[in-house]
This record gives sequence, C-alpha cells and structure tokens, in this order.
Amino acid sequence: MSAQQSLKTSGAPSLEELKAVGQLASEKDMEGRGCLCIECIEEIPCNPCQTACPQGAITVGFPITNLPVIDRAKCTVCGLCIPACPGLAITIKSVKDDTARVRFPWEYLPFPAIGDTVRMVDRQGRELCDGTISSITNPVRNNRTAVITAEFPRKFVQDAISIARRS
Amino acid sequence: MRNDGKPAVVIGAGPAGLCAAIELKKAGAPVVLMDENAKPGGQLFKQIHKFFGSQEHKAGIRGFDIGKELLAESLRLGIDVRLKTEVVGIEAGLKVWAVEDRSKSYTFDAGTLILATGATENALSFPGWTLPGIMTAGCAQTLINVHRVLPGQRVLMVGSGNVGVIVAYQLMQAGAQVAAVIEALPRLGGYGVHTAKVRRAGVPFYCSTTIIRAEGRESVERAVIASIDAKFQPIPGTEQTLDVDTICLAVGLTPSIELACIAGCKQIYIPELGGTMPAHDEFMRSSLESVYVVGDIAGVEEASTAMEEGRLAGIHAAWAMGYMDETTMKTKTEETKTRLKALRQGVFGQKRFEAKKRIVEGRKEA
Ligand code: SF4
Ligand code: SF4
Repeated sequence: MSAQQSLKTSGAPSLEELKAVGQLASEKDMEGRGCLCIECIEEIPCNPCQTACPQGAITVGFPITNLPVIDRAKCTVCGLCIPACPGLAITIKSVKDDTARVRFPWEYLPFPAIGDTVRMVDRQGRELCDGTISSITNPVRNNRTAVITAEFPRKFVQDAISIARRS
Repeated sequence: MRNDGKPAVVIGAGPAGLCAAIELKKAGAPVVLMDENAKPGGQLFKQIHKFFGSQEHKAGIRGFDIGKELLAESLRLGIDVRLKTEVVGIEAGLKVWAVEDRSKSYTFDAGTLILATGATENALSFPGWTLPGIMTAGCAQTLINVHRVLPGQRVLMVGSGNVGVIVAYQLMQAGAQVAAVIEALPRLGGYGVHTAKVRRAGVPFYCSTTIIRAEGRESVERAVIASIDAKFQPIPGTEQTLDVDTICLAVGLTPSIELACIAGCKQIYIPELGGTMPAHDEFMRSSLESVYVVGDIAGVEEASTAMEEGRLAGIHAAWAMGYMDETTMKTKTEETKTRLKALRQGVFGQKRFEAKKRIVEGRKEA
C-alpha cells in the first residue's frame, strides 16, 4: 500500500489513493441506477458495512481490519450500508445525461430541505458548484445518520462528496 | 479457591469496570462497583458517535447507547453500585478505604480487587495556556455532549489522534467552527475515515505544526501556530495567527495508576500506551494475585477494548473466587480473547498488540 500521503497529511484521500486500493468508481459504473462508493482505505478494525448489507455485497472478512470489497453484481444500490458505516465513508453516485447525483450520510444540523440549493464540496472541503437537494431520509433504523441526495452538474461527479455545512 | 465470602470490589464504573462487574455477577459472585461520579458509565455517555469494530463489539451503535445497555444490564443483575464513592486507599489484605459523598468514610474487606480507574488527559504548556477557553478535548466533549454547553464559536484542536478528530467533528455537530487541527508529527494520527469527514467539512489539518502561544486579554482571542522541524523546533517565519476563542488539547492520556501504586502492583513503562502502568498477565491480573487492572489503567486504548478487558478479568476472577468452573472459564476467556485480538490488528492495532505483549512479559518477570 502507498504512503497515503494525502490522507495522512491533508486528512482526505486523493483520487489516486482511492484508485490504488480499487475504491475509485468509474463514471461507467455510475451509469443507470448508479453505484456504491466506499472510501475506506486504511486497515481499521471495522465491518458494520458488511453486516448491514442484506445482499452480502460487501466483504471485509477476517481479520476485520481488511479493507471492504464491493461485489457490484450483488449490490442493489439500496443504500442501507450508508448510515451503518461509523466512518461516514459510503456514498452512492449516479450519472444521467449532464446530471450527477450523490447520496451521502449527514449528521449536522440544520438539515437542508428538499429543493434547497446547496454548495457541493469535494474531499478537501472546497466548494465546487451549486447542487439541489432531491431527497432526505432519516428513519429510526439509521440511528440518527440521515441520508441525503443532491443533484449537480455531471462534470463534478468524481470530486463531489458532500455538501457545505451551514451555520 | 478463595470463596471466603468477601466480595470482588470493582473500582471505576466506566466501560471496563461495568463489564467486569457484569461478568462477576452473572457467575453469581458477590460484587461491589464503586465510582466517584454521580453517574456510572465513565466516558461512554459523552461518546455520541457510532463505534467501530464488529457486531460482537457493538459496532455501529453510538457510545451512549452502549452505556445505557450496560447500565440496564447491571441494574437487572442487581449489582451493588455505590456512586459518589471515592476509593482513597487500599490497605494490606485488600482493605478498601472509601469516602462516600465526600462526608462518610469507611473501610471494607475485598476478596478481589478490579481496578478500572481509567486515564487522565495530558496537558500541554505554552505561553498563555492558562487563559480561559483552553481546555482538554475531553473537557470540551463533556461540555457539549453531557452538559450541552458550547465552549466557544471557533476552535483550534491540538492533536490529530482519534480523540482530537472525533471531538473536532462533534464540536461542529454542536454548532462551532473548527479553525484547524494541528499535529506535531509529520502524519495525522487518527483514522482516515474520521479525518476525511472533518476535512470535507472544510477544516484544514496542519502536520509538523505546534502551538507557539495563546493570546487574549481575559480569555483566548488568538492562537499562534508554527511549523516545526524534525527536532520539533519551531521554524522561524512560519508563524500563523488563527482567530479562535477556544483551544482544545488532545495530546494523549496517562493511565490513572494511583490506586494500583498504593496496592503495590508492579509498574512497567510502555510509552505507546500512555506511560507507566501496572504490568498484567493474559487474564488482566496485576503482579498481585487478587488485583486485576482493566481498561485505560492497563494501557490507553479504546472503549471497545476496555469492555473486553473488563470481561476477561471478571471471568477469571469469578473462577478464582470459586464461582465458575474451569472449563467455562477457559471457554469464555478464549472467546473474549478472540474478540480482543480482532480489535488489535491492522496498522493501528498491531502497535498496541505488540505493546500489550510487553506488558504481559513484564508481569512474568515480576
Ligand atoms: S447499497 Fe445495499 S446492496 Fe449495495 S452494498 Fe450497500 S447495503 Fe448492500
Ligand atoms: S463500516 Fe465504514 S469505516 Fe467500517 S469498514 Fe465499512 S466502510 Fe470502513
């Protein structure tokens, strides 16, 4: 494994670091119903993503410090694993024509509302472009981690990861 | 067998102590659980994040919910929990000297002692460090998550280990801005998934950086930080001033070993786990036959490892006191050890695993 210089000095992984461990989804993967993106590139003792998936599409295995591996053929993109991940490291991304969508975990107040214009941010917290909130779910089983979907211009799909906090 | 009717006394009702007491009581052993605080649970009730680990380690459950579960279990089992009870001495023959409510003092014969006294946060001194607004990260976490008081609006976090990064995140959840997280080492300490969620919220991380001084008239108004060289010396000309009203120190913890020292447990120095701590064997037994040490006092790790260590000691003590047969003890011990081992793997766990091995070897030499 590389030195993960970006992760271990800036705090967030670079696209190259994600790619090096096979965790960078391609835009092709994101077509149609979209695809699951896990950004968990460090060996930590953790596997709730595996436990949460009803399809058995995520494997951590033993030891539980293995990196999670997605089986895209089994994944139905249901999103149940997103709020289960204590590292808030899982998103779902999809692209259609000029639009991209990201479904991401959210634990800050205030929540945005459906239809709100928000600022999309990249892994370094830099604002990329405007986005629009298209759904917010927060059922009891999420245990207070909401899952939000935002739409934004497709050209930002690899960099966008979340939305800017409001205060 | 030492089934002489004297109870096991567990000191400290945090995750490790609670689990030790639960295992003892489940086996039918008499147990008294003492804690100086008004509420049991130790640090669990301020942990509002979801835990790592696997299902058997209660992964994905928020810390305070784990605390609630353990409390409910201890109530259901009818454990004798004595709160606001400070243990101030341990005399020969395991006579425990306790002070209740800061007013009533009594002594008490224990058959077995389980020390789960935790750890104390380290401070860091720099010019201005006594200004109001400068506190340990754990203090800020108690303020926001237990007392629901925001200590300030703009925070500098000193230290990028999991504690610093998690508290930085929780300060933002509580409504504060985090101006930066600084780290003296060239690389960040905390889990990448934690740093990544703080970074995407726009918080800058500065490695090889230290705090030079805090400025302000009546409380903190600014922090001056600077880059440091390989010898940890500030590099002139790299100073930066951050407008902050709060500075949080997350610069490690030191095992709270006072009672272990009074009891006469042999100590060992393991810097990776917080400094000086009592040596212990694979069952968490200190150099003294009937005194166990569990959780952060036995090397600073995490709540998830502390709970497993508490169980190990509780199981072994229940057997030693004659409340569990040897086969059950061995089976339960193996199960617990397997769960513990799972938590001590990978880049982060391996170092702790090696350090824990040295503690056990240190006990053998004793
Ligand atoms: S999105 Fe659903 S099916 Fe896919 S890995 Fe997550 S939980 Fe499993
Ligand atoms: S649950 Fe999240 S942090 Fe844990 S292994 Fe899975 S992706 Fe990584």
